Amino acid sequence: MFDDRSPIYRQIADRIKADVLSETLKGDEQVMSTNQYAAFYRINPATAAKAFQQLVDEGVLYKKRGIGMFVSPDARESLRAARRESFFAEVVDPMVAEAKAIGVPLGEVVGRINELGSR
Amino acid sequence: MRVEVRDLVLRYGEKTALDGISLSLPENKIYGLLGRNGSGKTSLLSVLAGFRRESAGEVLVDGDPVFENAAVTSRISLIRDVGETTDLGTVDDALFFAEWLREDWDAEFARELLERFKLTRKMTVKTMSTGQRSALGVIIGLAGRAPLTMFDESYLGMDAPARAEFYDVLLADYMANPRTIIMSSHLIEEVSPLFEQVVIIDLGRLVVHEEAQTLLARGISVTGAAAPVDAFTEGLTVLGSRQLGATKSVMVYGDLDEARRREAAAAGLELGPIAMQDLFLHLTVDPR
Repeated sequence: MFDDRSPIYRQIADRIKADVLSETLKGDEQVMSTNQYAAFYRINPATAAKAFQQLVDEGVLYKKRGIGMFVSPDARESLRAARRESFFAEVVDPMVAEAKAIGVPLGEVVGRINELGSR
Repeated sequence: MRVEVRDLVLRYGEKTALDGISLSLPENKIYGLLGRNGSGKTSLLSVLAGFRRESAGEVLVDGDPVFENAAVTSRISLIRDVGETTDLGTVDDALFFAEWLREDWDAEFARELLERFKLTRKMTVKTMSTGQRSALGVIIGLAGRAPLTMFDESYLGMDAPARAEFYDVLLADYMANPRTIIMSSHLIEEVSPLFEQVVIIDLGRLVVHEEAQTLLARGISVTGAAAPVDAFTEGLTVLGSRQLGATKSVMVYGDLDEARRREAAAAGLELGPIAMQDLFLHLTVDPR
């Protein structure tokens, strides 16, 4: 898990993960260097390097010595699996709680879901 | 260049500006030096640059004493808050002297920086605005490529776009030509992302020397109903607290492990980050 106390790490990690999920970054594709990320976010390159190291530890990226960082071939699938696992807890449950709090009948929510699903 | 400071004391007559500071700064990192006005920041940088002699203790750069050691000081650059210190002559004169002093001077880079900061060689230093003089100082500091480069609030009078330009160019040039950079600034929020490590001094003493991200991770705000917040923060290092009706927010400093974080969530408490600026304010003493 990413350290939720460290906004800069999370920004970089979220960006890369989003790019992997949307296939902007494909498996075995090289990602920009830590220096390029550091310049883009205007942060110390050591901070960018630590964010990358965490993504390596999580298995999203892998290193090729002397060349750079690459997207793990199975990164997208494992990110999708992880997101599926937390989908109800992080997306559906808060939505239901919000609907209850503001008085939207759950029947209407289900109706909306069915409507979007059949499009 | 690496910096070693041991039990450094600096006195101006009766006044003690630095009161026993020990620091070890490995080479080729960007350091943030933070402190309130009168905390001793400028005194510390002046000693590191060899502008002032330590009253006691030791100051070594790459293992050598600094004061009156030309072999070392020629490789150390301190840019003061007023930017270019000499009032005499033109921008061109200032660059000429900088080039003459600095063995690693990059004239092409200096030319590029003049354009980026919209200065011309013919400008007379005395008639330049504070912001322009700061920019000139920044140019001399960057193009000098000194292995130990220090910027002491070198942004005075620079507007936000010029400061952004300074940070971008500093970062890019540091990555291309790694060297030890120490920056002191009061604009903590905008400059702190550049730091790898942070040194905070207060009343002439060292308060914190820490990785910037570690420092940020240690500062945690705990927010929720007053009673559970008080119960949770009992025994932790509390930096400060605020209350709004029944809601209380307490800033703590320290490491909270996963178990403690779950405990907070279970008690309905919200944990959040603390900005570097707030950490700094609470880790130093208000002199008033």
